[in-house]
Amino acid sequence: MNEWPLWEVFIRSQHGLAHKHVGSLHAPDAEMAINNARDVYTRRSEGLSIWVVRADGIVASSPGDKAPLFEPANSKVYRHPTFFPVPDEVKHM
Amino acid sequence: MYAQMIDTGMKRVQGLDEMSAEERTFQERIDAGIKIEAKDWMPDGYRRTLVRQISQHAHSEIVGQLPEGNWVTRAPTLKRKAILLAKIQDEAGHGLYLYSAAETLGVTRDQVYGDLLSGKVKYSSIFNYPTTSWADIGTIGWLVDGAAIMNQIPLCRCSYGPYARAMVRVCKEESFHQRQGYDIVMALACGTIEQRRMAQDALNRWWWPALMMFGPPDGDSVHSAQSAQWKIKLLSNDELRQKFVDQTVPQAEYLGLTVPDPELKWNEDTGHYDFGAIDWQEFRDVVAGNGPCNRDRLRTRVQAWDDGAWFRDGLLAHAQKRAQAQAAAARAA
Repeated sequence: MNEWPLWEVFIRSQHGLAHKHVGSLHAPDAEMAINNARDVYTRRSEGLSIWVVRADGIVASSPGDKAPLFEPANSKVYRHPTFFPVPDEVKHM
Repeated sequence: MYAQMIDTGMKRVQGLDEMSAEERTFQERIDAGIKIEAKDWMPDGYRRTLVRQISQHAHSEIVGQLPEGNWVTRAPTLKRKAILLAKIQDEAGHGLYLYSAAETLGVTRDQVYGDLLSGKVKYSSIFNYPTTSWADIGTIGWLVDGAAIMNQIPLCRCSYGPYARAMVRVCKEESFHQRQGYDIVMALACGTIEQRRMAQDALNRWWWPALMMFGPPDGDSVHSAQSAQWKIKLLSNDELRQKFVDQTVPQAEYLGLTVPDPELKWNEDTGHYDFGAIDWQEFRDVVAGNGPCNRDRLRTRVQAWDDGAWFRDGLLAHAQKRAQAQAAAARAA
C-alpha cells in the first residue's frame, strides 16, 4: 500500500500571535496538506494562517536527554524577576 | 463507550514493588500526573492497549458517520441538512485526530484502518443500530453524543499526551453535536401528535443501547483496573452511566417524553436515579457482530476504501511526478 506522508499542522489564530501546533494529517503533497488542514483544523475560524511541515523533516530533542538538556535552567532562579525582592514602598517596578 | 471492553493483555495488576526499574519510574510519573509523550519509554502493554483503545475510538467516529449519513438527503429543511453535514464532517475530523494520536505510538494509518476493514478491531456497539426516522438523528445527537461527552471529558486528563490533546479538540466540537440533537428532538416534541410520537419512538429505541455504550459493569475486570492504574480510564463504566442517567432524565422530562424504563426512579437517599437492569445479552450479540446493521456498516466502509483507491493512488502519482519535474528543473538550472 502506498501511504501518503504525514504532515504536522501549525495555525496562527490572530494577528500578532505565533503559529501553534494543532495536529497532523496525511496528504500526498504540500498543497493538498494545506487544503486538508483548512478543512480539518479551521472550520470554526480558528486560524488566519496555516503552516504545514513534513513530519519526517522535524528534528526533536530526545526525551532521554531531558535532564542534562534543561538542567542549566533549574539552577538559575535569578533569571526570574520574582527572585529579587522589591520593597513595599517602591510600588511599581 | 466509543471504546468498549479494551483488552490490556494483562493477567493481573502489578504493584510498584513487583515492577522493573523502568516500569516503576513510568508508573510514578503517571501517579504524579505527568503526561507520557510519544517518544518516552513506555511498557509494551501500555502502548498496545492505547493503540487498541484509540483506534477503536477513531473507528467509532468514522463508522458513526454512516447512521447519520442515511438522513442527509432526507433532512426536513435546508438548514437542518447543512447542520447535519457539518456534524458529520466533524466526526471525520474526530476520526483524524484520533488516528493521528494512534500513529504517534508507532503504527501506520493504513495498518490501523486495515484492522477496522478486516473486522479485527471493533467500533462502538451503538453504531450497529439503524436510523429509521428523522427523530433518530436528533436522538443520536442528544443521547449518543451526550454519552460520548461524558466519557471524553475525563479522557482530556488521561496520561497519554497526544490522546489527551485530541480529546480536548473533540470535546470542544462535541457540545455542538449534542445541542443540535436536542434541538431536533425539541422541535418534534413541541410539534404535532405524529411528531411527538416520532420523538418518543426514537427515545424508546435508543435509550437502552445508549446506556450499553458505557460497557458492562467493570466488576473485577483486570483490564479496567490496569487501565485505571495507567490513567487511560478515569471513571468506571457504572459511574459514567449513572452520571449520564442523572443528567439526561430531566432533559427528557422537560420535553414531556417518557424514558422507557418502568423502574426508573429518583432515589432521595443516594441523590441519583435508580434504573432497571440492562440486557447485556443484547450488547454481547451486537459486539459479536449480530446487531441489526453490523454487516452493512462494515461493507459500506470496505466499499468506500476500495472505491477510493484509484483516487488516493492518483494524487500520490501526481505529487511524485511534480516532485520529479521540480528536481529535474533544479538540476537543469
